[in-house]
Formats: sequence, structure tokens, C-alpha cells
Amino acid sequence: MTMTYEKLMQIKEKNRELVMVRRLVASKAEEMAKHTAYRKQILVCGGTGCTSSGSHKVADALESEIKEKGLTDVLIVKTGCFGLCALGPVVIVYPEGAFYSQTTPEGAKRIIDEHIIKGSICKDLLYPETVHEDGEILPLSQTNFYAKQMRIALRNCGVIDPENIEEYIALDGYAALHKVLTSMTQDQVIDVMLASGLRGRGGAGFPTGRKWAFCKATKSDIKYVCCNADEGDPGAFMDRSILEGDPHAVLEAMAIAGYTIGASQGYVYVRAEYPIAVERLKIAIKQAREYGLLGKDIFGTGFNFDIEIRLGGAGAFVCGEETALMTSIEGKRGEPRPRPPFPAVEGLFKKPTVLNNVETYANVAQIIRKGAEWYSSIGTETSKGTKVFALGGKITNVGLVEVPMGTTLREIIEEIGGGIPNGKKFKAAQTGGPSGGCIPSVHIDTPIDYESLQRIGSMMGSGGLIIMDEDTCMVDIAKFYLEFTCEESCGKCSPCRIGTKRLLHMLDDITKGTATMEELDKIEELAAHMKVSCLCALGQTASNPVVSTLRYFREEYVEHIVDKRCAAKKCKDLLHYVIDPEKCKGCTLCSRNCPVGAISGKVKEPHHIDKNVCIKCGLCKQNCKFGAVYMD
Amino acid sequence: MAKVAFRGTPKQERELRKFIKKHKDQPGAMMPVLQEAQGIYGYLPREVQEIIAQEMNVPLSQVFGVATFYSQFTLTPKGEHTVSVCLGTACYVKGADKILAAIEDRLGIKAGECTPDGFFSIDSCRCLGACGLAPVMTVDGEVYGKCTPESAVKIIDSYYEEV
Amino acid sequence: MKKMINLKINNIPVTVPEGTTVLQAAKSVNIEIPSLCYLKDINCIGACRVCVVEIKGRRGLTAACTYPVEEGLEVLTNTATVRASRKTTIELILSTHHKKCLSCVRGNHCELQKLAYDYGIDEDHFKDDEPKYEIDDSTPYVVRDNNKCIQCLRCVSTCNNVQGIGAIGQIRRGFDVRVGSPFDQGLDTTTCVGCGQCIVSCPVGALYEKSNIDEVWDAIADPKKQVVFFTAPSIAATLGECFDMPPGTHVEDKMVQAIRMLDDVKVFNMNVTADLTILEEANELISRITSNKVDKPPLPMFTSCCPGWIKFMEHYYPEMLPNLSTCKSPQGMFGALLKSYYCQKNHIDPKDLYVVSVIPCTAKKFEVSRPELSTRGIPDVDVAITTRELSRMIKGAGISFKDLKGEEFDDPFAIASGAGKIFGATGGVMEAALRTAANILDGTNEKIDFMDVRGIPGIKEATYRINGAEVDVCVASGLANARKVVEMVKSGEKKYLFIEIMACPGGCINGGGQPVQSDSVRNYVDLKSLRSQVLYDADKGNDLRCSHESPVVQKLYDEFLEKPGKAKAHSLLHTTYTARGMM
Repeated sequence: MTMTYEKLMQIKEKNRELVMVRRLVASKAEEMAKHTAYRKQILVCGGTGCTSSGSHKVADALESEIKEKGLTDVLIVKTGCFGLCALGPVVIVYPEGAFYSQTTPEGAKRIIDEHIIKGSICKDLLYPETVHEDGEILPLSQTNFYAKQMRIALRNCGVIDPENIEEYIALDGYAALHKVLTSMTQDQVIDVMLASGLRGRGGAGFPTGRKWAFCKATKSDIKYVCCNADEGDPGAFMDRSILEGDPHAVLEAMAIAGYTIGASQGYVYVRAEYPIAVERLKIAIKQAREYGLLGKDIFGTGFNFDIEIRLGGAGAFVCGEETALMTSIEGKRGEPRPRPPFPAVEGLFKKPTVLNNVETYANVAQIIRKGAEWYSSIGTETSKGTKVFALGGKITNVGLVEVPMGTTLREIIEEIGGGIPNGKKFKAAQTGGPSGGCIPSVHIDTPIDYESLQRIGSMMGSGGLIIMDEDTCMVDIAKFYLEFTCEESCGKCSPCRIGTKRLLHMLDDITKGTATMEELDKIEELAAHMKVSCLCALGQTASNPVVSTLRYFREEYVEHIVDKRCAAKKCKDLLHYVIDPEKCKGCTLCSRNCPVGAISGKVKEPHHIDKNVCIKCGLCKQNCKFGAVYMD
Repeated sequence: MAKVAFRGTPKQERELRKFIKKHKDQPGAMMPVLQEAQGIYGYLPREVQEIIAQEMNVPLSQVFGVATFYSQFTLTPKGEHTVSVCLGTACYVKGADKILAAIEDRLGIKAGECTPDGFFSIDSCRCLGACGLAPVMTVDGEVYGKCTPESAVKIIDSYYEEV
Repeated sequence: MKKMINLKINNIPVTVPEGTTVLQAAKSVNIEIPSLCYLKDINCIGACRVCVVEIKGRRGLTAACTYPVEEGLEVLTNTATVRASRKTTIELILSTHHKKCLSCVRGNHCELQKLAYDYGIDEDHFKDDEPKYEIDDSTPYVVRDNNKCIQCLRCVSTCNNVQGIGAIGQIRRGFDVRVGSPFDQGLDTTTCVGCGQCIVSCPVGALYEKSNIDEVWDAIADPKKQVVFFTAPSIAATLGECFDMPPGTHVEDKMVQAIRMLDDVKVFNMNVTADLTILEEANELISRITSNKVDKPPLPMFTSCCPGWIKFMEHYYPEMLPNLSTCKSPQGMFGALLKSYYCQKNHIDPKDLYVVSVIPCTAKKFEVSRPELSTRGIPDVDVAITTRELSRMIKGAGISFKDLKGEEFDDPFAIASGAGKIFGATGGVMEAALRTAANILDGTNEKIDFMDVRGIPGIKEATYRINGAEVDVCVASGLANARKVVEMVKSGEKKYLFIEIMACPGGCINGGGQPVQSDSVRNYVDLKSLRSQVLYDADKGNDLRCSHESPVVQKLYDEFLEKPGKAKAHSLLHTTYTARGMM
């Protein structure tokens, strides 16, 4: 069909109240719900996190229970990610806004029977933080996890049904595209993007408006708009959650970019490991085409734009690099190409191309609708807006958070993240994934923006934020990242192909206790070399995890090398079997079983292991009935 | 590694050739074609890559170069069941290496290999995005979160019990 | 007229046309930026990172080979950062390179070794890996030792882009990336045509011909064997380069003397069978044109001198094999004549005659193993050795090549025409054929220089008026160009009568068996033109310009072969081809 403004508004009005029930405080929502066909709306998270913990079974249980009980005024909506992945499967019932966590199919039955039918909320199934001491239910927005967040890119995630374009339209979806196509010139769009201060959320932070302006300035009959949804940072899932929860936000922004630069074809390059995101994208593209929001003559303006999905990535981290991504879409080995020519001049299929990442796109439509001033009022001097982080590792509230730029690491860890579990101490936060660095506790009050993070030796990256506690060995972590980049290097340029391997070798030697202090100098020299000499950002930044841990945790490296000791007890080769004299009864079982005669001691006296003889077979530990053998 | 005899059927070949004919003229068709081929055959042996090279009119070395660049493509058949352990950062910090070691130990094979009876193969992957459940493993796409080495082995064993 | 760009390199003002790279621009002010992966017209990917330079205002270092000049650019090629980076990069590369330099075929003209020396490298700076790759010596012509490969991809680009074959490509990625044939199976499982262009583009010793030197020495030492050599036209134009003589030096007389000095062996001139080829081929072409037979062989007719081209056709265009001239290559003809005519005349048992051909080409090593080119199990040519192998034999024999006075070829295969000589360059076979065709059909001996088919361009077309008719001919060198021509012929887009193809760009003077010149020569010197000029000069200085005038050839027909294309000549000098399929 041909979409018109009137039709768009009709769809919006038709669905608005239904969706708004999920956004208002309980009292107003209840009022609003009366205007809809549904007394209750049950939102079930259908993101990867919750699906992995069985939310589809919960949804099935809810459906069948409703059917069985013949409830026609209850709506079940499968949404994208709510953010609190550790608490999945998550279910929210509106208009009350009751937040059920770790829901089971049995719990689902109870929710229907007790809450929906009888009207009594199953308080014992709620997320404890949302239940006030006096039994009152707190809105989710007032919990520690959500209170400090500001949701722009994640605005619709966990609110709308991502498989229903009308719910996206209900929350002003595609209004920005209409505005751009009918009332703005290409240059005006660029001006708004420039004024908003939006910078690329993929990691490098290049101003989006400038990128679009360059590409617009290049003359060509064919241009392309690409979306980088090849979220390669291990431990990051921002982009996936947006695609799963709000795919149309990305499609709308790509169409806007297409109009701005003069392109009529877009490609979303998405990881094959993200089946749910791919499925939702497919549905979204299909619906957008049906509604005339993709395809020919959009809004009757003569503007044509369509989008194709390309599955890629899948174990090739390097394809997150823009030129490698384009080479990959072209059906070749995903190797980066030298720049110039820049993609804005010669990109995909040698045509001018704009490439932005998912989160960047997720901001665009709102900037167009609400204006550059609104957006640029959020954040810091140089970094505007919000940033989504995938908070993981040793942190209580593992999940997806979106905060204004300038929020400190401490606020994220202690307030939103709920601190470090098990009473452990914070040791470091890792941002930027394999290209980033480790931030130690002295910098925990650093406001998060592009420049600050760079100053302390890390980087914004795409948004992975891994928290580490005192049990983490920083040499081991550096080695982990190097193993990753070494495996993921495309192998095209020599400093990266060989440099990562040599760095890894040297780190390996350190964790094995076979390195000398000379190795540290060599590591620093090689790291500096790779930074300036590699072809693409993967290689240029591959040494960051090593450099930053060396900068802040040098004594740990020295301890490994000189004392042959790993305080976190992570590096196995540096650990030795030791007998606790307090616990040892002198039963001699260990010394009799030791294949190399490394254990000495008299009967009924504590025994001792000669670590120079010990081959670490572990028999002594296995045999000890008193738990006296441990590793140190 | 012993070569597994190719057991492609004429029907599979027809399906692949049809897909390629339909898509070969769209720009950058190689990846979708390889993905489809792996979908049809489960893996990409020489015989399949030769069909692709022929239909796409490119050298076999080019097909092979692309197929071996991306770890999503496999040149050897997978087991009846595939267990994949996430080695993303969040899982690693929470001990994913121990999970993998326990499974390798239990099945007597390394990641990337298949048990001699063709029942199980082990993979490792980089972040399934289920970091909230770290450490995570999947068996045939089914996600198991918050694993321990012991629970992981139990899960593996449960597949043997089903037989 | 291209726009001119002004920039500064090491503060020296430079003005070069738009599109020039920084690396090329630097050379214009006598600054040679070192490189490994870059090879002019073949590979420009910015991968090795040896050519890095500092560019003002740009973060990090930049590869000079891929960076196009910009107005006002300020480039520094020799700062401490740049030198340190190059040094570390070379040290890294060396740590993966199997440093068997003492016995390496690339010896002291290895590009990596030169850089290591220039930059004062510590070869043990980084811990090495053990050699981990099996050597691929599955074909009779080329050996790949991936333990020495440095991933410059010059060979891959040559095979894929210049030759359009793609027998090799990149395998896997990251540190495990390597160059090889699909499924890591031997090169013999591919459509490799054996052109050897990969060898001459390799900066190190990872690729080299399968050497037959030992067999030749053994034959020379065997009292029962009579050893004869014959040398292809282009060898005399290139052999001098192996002895540090500048490209473009004609060393025919020194070459003959040096071979003879190996151990009083006979040295024959392969240009003789080049002349013979012309007579046979011209005869064949005319009969194709004039034949009234229903099943007459088709037109256009393609030349068949080049074994790489023949194998190419056998793999890729089996349906076009009837379009190939049935003439054996000059090497094939020579072998057949030696083991028949020469043996009969000199009362030698063919199995005691050991025939060594010296060729610019690795594909000829494959050709000698063809069953069609043997008689009763005895190969017509026993071994084919390249220019490089011959030079190593000469060096091994302790011969002061440069100081030799020079000698002449042995009879009865000494004298040949200038037409035979130019066989070694692209267009040469065509020109030689046109000279003779003009004579046969027009009865004139005045049409000698056919300039339109000379020169280095990959595809050349010309139309000549012979015997009152317009004759469209085409010359192509480099197999990617050859493929274009074949496709144009197949589609009917072009209607040629006669087409000359040489597998190597520029022809045999640039063959895969020719001296390997490093990038610092190939990037700045037009090697193909310099080498082919030797042949054209020699042709011009020869009183004998046309094949049909050669007294040697005339004598051969009179004494032995009878008439071109007829009974004896046909059975000895013509051959058949085999469809080979794609894998």
C-alpha cells in the first residue's frame, strides 16, 4: 500500500492507548486501559537472555492458561529485552506494572489464576526490589537498576511488540521519516545530525552528521546505506537487544540516511549467531514493505528505499571493521582495505557508502522528531546523548543499561549494577572489548565519555562493560583478549597477523613463569609498533588490553615473572600443591601414592610437597581424606 | 582426520543449484550461497564447493578461501548433537574455560571435533549475548545458563540417556 | 592531461600527476620506499606494512603503496618512528620465515634478506615457529614451500588477476592464513597451467621451479649418453641478468659458449624450429581457409607454441580445442627432430641421446612429460630447464660468464631467421607468420615489419591486406587477456582469422622460468620492453628476416620432412590435445 500521513496517524491513534498503558504510572495506566479492548496486558520478554532461560515456555504456559480460562480481555505481548537479563524470564503485567522475575511455567499459571483472574498480585514472584516493605509495589522505573538510566536508544525495548509495526507507529514510529521526506532538505537533515552531536556508537565515535555529509557530497548514481549489526565484542549485546526489541527504529533511521545521502538500497549486516534478531528484522522489513514504509515512492514523495539482510560475522570479529564489513557483504574474505579511498567515496561495491552501527541508528529518528537541541542537552561537552552498555562479569545486576554520557563508572557499578556479588572487591572494569582496556579502581569516578575513557587508556568501544573482582588475574585477562584478537585477526597485514601471535606467546610465557623482565620491554615495544603500523583498527588496538593492564597492574606482571606467583590463582602453571599442616593428619596416603616421590613426612606428622619434584598430577589432592591439599 | 564419505543426494544438489541460479546475479551472492549450501548439506565438503564454484563461475580457490575465512562454515560434518560453549568475556570471567574442559574430558574430543560415533561435536563460540546467564552453553541451539563443570557434564550425559 | 599535484616528500617539493601513489612519487625524487607486497600492475593491497611513512595530520603510519598523493601533502619517509616500525615489521616477518637462507634458491637476491640487511635486523628478536607446512611438489614444474611464504599475496594476485586462473588462494585466516590450493591438496589437483608467473612474482624463496639440474649433470657424467642442448629464443635476452648484467643485454654468443663449456655438449638454436613452426602453421592456416571439406578444422586458428596456453584451453575450453593449431611447439618439434632426423643422420640410438631444452618457462617442464611428445616410450625432450637453472649450472661449473668471448651454435641447427628470434615476445609469432603468409600469398618479400602487433599491451588487434583480402588478427598475452579473447570469439563479437596467445604477459621474455627481478627493479623498470627489444634488435640485425628463407629449414624439408603439413612432417611435427576438465 502507499503510506500517507493520514494513514500513519490513523494507525498511531488506533494503537496508542494500548501501548501507552505500558508507559504510564499505574493509576493513569489503569484509566487508559479502560479505553482499550484489554483489561490486562502481560508482557513477556522475548530477548535472547530471557529466551535462553526459558521465556518461551513461560509465554506458552500463559497462552494456554488464558485459553483454558477463556480470558478474551487479556493480551500477551512478546517484547524485546527489558535489560535485567540476570532476572529472566521476565514478565510484566500492566496496567499495574507488576514485575515478575525468574518466572517459571508454574509461576505463569499462578499469575493467571491469582493475579489476572482474582486480582491479587503474586508478590512472592515479583522482583524483590519492586516490593516495598509495606507491601506496596514500586514501579520498575524507581528501582535502582532503572532509576539512573535514561532510555533513548532502548526507548521501545521491552515496551512494544517488535513483531508488530503498528505498535512502533503508535509511539511515533516513522513520523521522523515522514518529516524528513516531506519537509527537510538533505542538507537540513545533515545540519540536525551535526547539531545533535551524535557520534558513532560502534566505538570510534566519528560524528554521524559529518559521515553523512561526506557521503552526500560524493557524486554517484548508486550509493548504499549499511548497518553494522556485527556485534563482535565478546560480552556485548546492545545491538542485538535493539534489533530484537525495536527493529523498526533501525530501519527508519536507515531510510532517513538513505534520503540524506541519496541512496536507495540498504544492507543490514547482522551476525548469524543472532537468530532472534535476524527473525525480527526479517519480519520488520516485510511489514515495513507492506505498509509502504520501505520500497518505492515512500509517502508518495518519489523516494525509493529498500533494505536487505546479510548474515555475516559469525566468528569473524574483523568484519565489524567498516571496510572489512563491506568486503564481506561483497561476498569475499572479510579483509579490511586501506583508506583512502574512504567508504564515503568508495565503499560497498565501490560505491559511496554510509555505515553506522545499530545503536547509532536507534537515536536518529528521535533526534529528527525532538530536535538537535534536545539531544545535545544530554551528555557532556564532547559526547552527547546516552550510551548503552552491556553490563556483565562480576556484577549483581547483569544486563543492559543506558545512561547519559558523563555518568561515572561508580554510578553504573554500584547503583545501577548493584555492586559486586559475594562481598568481593572491585578490581577493574573493562570497556571496549578486545580493543579497549581495563580501568582500575582509582579511575572509578571517571565520567564516561569518548575522551575520558581514551585518556585513561581504554575506549568507549561498542559498549561491553565487564566488571572484574579481586579473583581476576589481569595477566590472564590480557591473554584472554590477545587470544581473541589473534584468532580473529584476518591475517592480511603482517604487524597484526604476526604481532598478535608474538604478544600472545610472550604473555603465555609470563603466565607459565618462563618469561624474563626483558619480555615486558619487548611487549611494550611491540604493542607500540602495532598501534601505529597495522592496517586496521583491529590490529591498531589489539594491544590495548595488554598496555592498559601493564599500565595499571604492572606489579602483577612482575609478580608472575619474578616471584612466579599468580595471586588470583588463575595461572595454573604457577600454582603448586601445598599441604595444610593444620589439616594434615600424617596418614601418608599422599606420599605413598605420589608417582614421583615428591611428598615427604613422618607418620602422624604434617607432610610436605617438594614443588621442584612435583609434576602436578593431583593424585595427592584426590586421595587426601582431610582436604589438606590445596593449590597455591 | 579421516575423511567422511560424501553422501549428498541428487535432491540436495538440485536444491543448491536452483538457489544459486536464483541468486548468483545479485551482488555479493557468495555468502548467502555458502550459508544455504551449509543449510542443505550440514557442511561444505569439496563436492559441494565444486558445485558452487561451477555455478558461480569462480575459481574453487575463491570459494574455499571464503569458506575457510568465516568460522560459521565447516568443512567437516557435525555430530548428531552439537554442544557449543560460549567463551565470550562475561562467560570467561565466570569460568567458561572449565566448562569446556569438562565437556572435552567427558566426550574425549577437543573443541572443533566430533566423537568417533558421530553423536556429539563440540564447538566454542564468542558470546551468544546471553551474558546474564553466564557461563552459558548450548546443545543444538538450546541454551543452558549458569553452568558448572558438573552440570555441563550432566547435560551432555542426558543426551546419551535419551537414546 | 591529468591534473598535477604538488606535495612534499622529506621536505622536497614533488609534482606528480593525480592518482600517483606516495611510493611512486617518492621514487621521482630518488627516494625508494622499501616494500614487499607491492608489485606494480600486479599487487597493491597495503598488507606487508614495510612501506609505511609518516603523513602529516594522519594518525599512525600509512602504507605508501596505496596512498594517492594529495595537494599539499607532507610525507616523511625516514623518521625514527618509520625506521623502527619497518625494522620491527621485518623482524616479525622473519620470525615466521624458515630462514634456510644458505640453501635457498633466492640466495642473495631475496627481497626479505635485502631488507633485513638494510635495516640491521636481529633475526632472533622474536621467538620463531617451527616450520609447519608440508612442501607442495605435486606438479612437475613448481614447488611451494609455505614455510618461507610471507603472505605478500603477489602470487595469488598474479594467478587470479593477471592469469585469471585462481589455482591458488588464501586459506583460513589470522596467523594460520596461508596460500595454497583448495583443500590444501596439491597444485596438481587444480587447473594450474604451470606458467610459473607466481614464481617470478615471489619476493622470497617460497616458490621455485622443480629443478632438473641434477639429472642434467648425471647425463653429462654418463659416458653412454650424448647430451645436446637447445635454447629458446628469449634465453639469450635474459640470461645475462643472472650474471648481474643489466636487463636488455643480448648474450647469445656467451650463452652458447658457456653451455658448451659445461662439458663439450652440442648447443643448438631453437629458433630453427620456430622457423619450422611458421611454415607448418602458415600451411595449416591456409589449408583451413581454403579447404572445402565439410569437417574441416574451424577458424579462427589459435597458435599452439605456448604450453601454458594449451593446458589452459584443455581445462577451460575443451570445445575449442579444434581451433588450436595442431603444430607442436618449437620445443616439441625440436625434440622430435633430434630423436629422429638427427639420430639417424649421426647413427645414434635415440635412447642414448639426452636432449636438454633451455626454456624461459615452467610449463614446458609439463610439456615434456606429455605422452604425445614421446616416441615409443622415449621422450622427445628428456628435460627442460629454465633460464635460472641454466645460470646455476654455469655458475656451478665455475664459468666466468661475463668474460666469455662468445661462440656460435652447432650445426645442423645453428642458423635461423629473425622471425624465429622474435618468437620470444608477444606478437612475435604473429609477425613471423605474417611475413611468411605475405610471401606465400602475395609473393612479396617486402612486408617485414608489422608494428601493430608489437609492444606490451595485453590485447592487440590488427587488420592486414593479404592476397587482396582483409585479414583480422589478434595477439594476446597473459591468460586473463586470453580468456577475454576466447570469450569474444565464442560469442561471435569478434571475427578473427588468426590469433596468437602467450600465457605470460609480454610473452616468453617474461616467462615463469626467467630470471627473477626484485620489486625494486620491477616497480620502476619496464622489464618486458627492455627484454623484448633485444629480440627485435637481433631480428633487425639479421640478414635473414623470414622463416621461409631459412636454409636450415629448407634443407630439413628437402632431406627429411618433405612438405609442410604432409606425411612425415605431419606425423613428426603435429600433435593432439586432451580435454582435462576443471579439477
